[in-house]
Amino acid sequence: RQSPGSYSPKPGWRGGGAGLAEHLWAGSSNRTAAHLQDMEKARPLWDNPLQFVFACISYAVGLGNVWRFPYLCQMYGGGGFLIPYVIMLVVEGMPLLYLELAVGQRMRKGSIGAWKIISPYLCGVGVASVVVSFFLSMYYNVINAWAFWYLFHSFQDPLPWATCPLNSNRTGYEEECEKTSSTQYFWYRQTLNISPSLETSGNVQWEQALCLTLAWLVVYLCILRGTASTGKVVYVTASLPYCVLIIYLIRGLTLHGAVNGLIYMFTPKLEQLSNPKTWISAATQIFFSLGLGFGSLIAFASYNDPSNNCERHAIIVSLINSTTSIFASIVTFSIYGFKATFNYESCINKVILLLMNTFDLEEGSLTADNLSEMKDYLMAAHPQEYAQLLPQLKNCSLEAELDTAVQGTGLAFIVYSEAIKNMEVSQLYSVLYFAMLLMLGIGSMLGNIAAILTPLTDSKAITSRFSKEVISGFVCFINCIIGLIFTMEAGNYWFDIFNDYAATLSLLLIVLVETIAVCYIYGLRRFEKDLHTMIGRKLNWYWKTMWAFASPLLIISLFIFYLTDYILTGTLQYQAWDSTQGQLVTRDYPSYALAVIGLLVASSTMCIPLGALLTFIRKRLKRERVSTVA
Amino acid sequence: MIFHLPLQYAWDANEEYLFKAMMAFAMRRYSSKSTTQISNVLLCNVTDRVSFWFVVTDSSKNTTTVPGSEVEAAIRMNRNRINSAFLLSDKTLQFLKISTTLSPPVEPSTPVWLIVFGVVLSLIVAGIVFLVVSGIRKHKKKNKESTERENLEEKGEVTITIENGIPCETLDLKAGHVNGVFAADDERFTSL
Repeated sequence: RQSPGSYSPKPGWRGGGAGLAEHLWAGSSNRTAAHLQDMEKARPLWDNPLQFVFACISYAVGLGNVWRFPYLCQMYGGGGFLIPYVIMLVVEGMPLLYLELAVGQRMRKGSIGAWKIISPYLCGVGVASVVVSFFLSMYYNVINAWAFWYLFHSFQDPLPWATCPLNSNRTGYEEECEKTSSTQYFWYRQTLNISPSLETSGNVQWEQALCLTLAWLVVYLCILRGTASTGKVVYVTASLPYCVLIIYLIRGLTLHGAVNGLIYMFTPKLEQLSNPKTWISAATQIFFSLGLGFGSLIAFASYNDPSNNCERHAIIVSLINSTTSIFASIVTFSIYGFKATFNYESCINKVILLLMNTFDLEEGSLTADNLSEMKDYLMAAHPQEYAQLLPQLKNCSLEAELDTAVQGTGLAFIVYSEAIKNMEVSQLYSVLYFAMLLMLGIGSMLGNIAAILTPLTDSKAITSRFSKEVISGFVCFINCIIGLIFTMEAGNYWFDIFNDYAATLSLLLIVLVETIAVCYIYGLRRFEKDLHTMIGRKLNWYWKTMWAFASPLLIISLFIFYLTDYILTGTLQYQAWDSTQGQLVTRDYPSYALAVIGLLVASSTMCIPLGALLTFIRKRLKRERVSTVA
Repeated sequence: MIFHLPLQYAWDANEEYLFKAMMAFAMRRYSSKSTTQISNVLLCNVTDRVSFWFVVTDSSKNTTTVPGSEVEAAIRMNRNRINSAFLLSDKTLQFLKISTTLSPPVEPSTPVWLIVFGVVLSLIVAGIVFLVVSGIRKHKKKNKESTERENLEEKGEVTITIENGIPCETLDLKAGHVNGVFAADDERFTSL
């Protein structure tokens, strides 16, 4: 497997900056290694390949696996959704992941430098990646702030979201809390203190600002020393979520009513396979779940030893990512089932109590089983009183409870906390759960920040003036200040804007350009040769066909679909919380919000053509200068 | 007043007796008169649900009932005792027309979350300070060593960089690496 001239690095050697030029020095490995040690500013490396794999897993396995995949599974045919999901994994996920890792490991630079090497006209791709990563890190850490908030509040007995607070004269509960549930009240009022619409910005919530600052300090601590510190942290952020998921799996499956959820969700509804949205959602989920196009994978892989087998790692990471999604959805569905059964039984009990109080029936005469017969009997026996009672009698249905499909922050912070408050020892489960969310979030944040910092530390102009710690601190500080926008009362609406629009279209374009660049501009044969030199194995025909044809076609179709979808929907709308009704209402975005959305998408996508144009102009000027001199 | 309760035990005449006794007890405690007897509490309209109406008469003034507000106040004062006598709670033992004043949850002086936040924050800040300080110390050590090496580097601005098989025209020369192997190697060869 050793190609001629390559050598294995001596233990303790941490440099590696000379690329593969050393293959010219066959037989002189001792001398070469010693000289390379003399070089200044050698590229830092991961201590062992396991750190790299853990970093990729920690980055790829994020909140999307927990709060997006179960929703998609539920909406698009339950168990049947796994079919398009696995197909997309094979066609799109693994090849694109391998591509990014291979590029990073080969070029040994961050995204800007790597694409510059492939072709100078593509420096815009790297810049676009950095811009998208910057947008993402701005708003993503707010989720960690919320996770911290809930984590800190989990140390109380009873949990603060278990009961509604009392109103001012202590005769009952707060009005807003009465209309909705205590968990929703805690989320919308006590955590976010959300305003009724985007226009009313409100003040910065100091509690959330504190939590955000803490979240950024934690991120700074983890990236302070580059791979030396990140490499240790990812051991924790990658493994702790699995421990918690296993605990929750055991707890979830033993909960009363969990089986209802599992059966309902996993029974395949194969007719959904004919719905194009199913396939598109599967492709989108695989694409965004792996975190392609942000430059984080390139950054992580650039710290690799050149002979690292990134092909194997790409397969491992993508498989682990997908199995984690499925695993997390089993846990989520059992929690759903528990919550739905609990609500259904409370509803039934309320109806029973109401009927017993009104008709003075004996205790135990009405049960869940004979409820419908007794209702008919009472309707016949006392028609007038029953008719009076009718508006208060709710029709309790288990399917209706199970059908409430929730995704995103709603699932993570409302549905789960509602289920947790009904468990025994709820504080322990709450702490575990929010610690898991925190680990998932921080793991992804590390990848995003690495995507921003690696190109910055690659550039000699910046590193000559400032040290790595100062650059990292500066980036974290800027992001923290901008992130304060999301702690305002209308912050959650801005968060939704960033979440929905900052990355979606741009990433598709970036990855499309990446794939075409590697296959057609750099040349697939050339890349194949480079990989053979690096890894020592010939490239399988599967990778080649996927890179050259299948993945670009798939991304183009996704891109066209999203564009047409945006154009056809007309005005964009958002969900606003109405405190008087106690539920979400749909509103239109104001014009300045639409301008911000346009700016978000444009600022990242325009980098690609602008970069090419600037390079073209620069080359033209240089050629003219050279020709005038000559 | 109607008295509703779902029971864990059978409701019979003994339980009714206990109820009358509790009401008499409540009235005695409230009005500090020791005149209320069990016979003053009258139950009527007992249903299977177990719910009934009851009134408290005043034996000092014949056949007059104690006003509802007084009975209400008495029950409110002794709610806890009445509840525990029947192994019930405010939710399961309902006196209509007496709305419960809900007890507010116990609030500690400093909110718990701030304490946890403070602990975590100080740990993180300590970690950052430690890493930054040790980084500055390492920097100072390296600076001393690197002044020796600067001489080597200045000689080594070699333009022949064959970087991974990519010819140099496609690369911007400034982006290439200074290949220290070439630079340092010149020193090792004996001069001709």
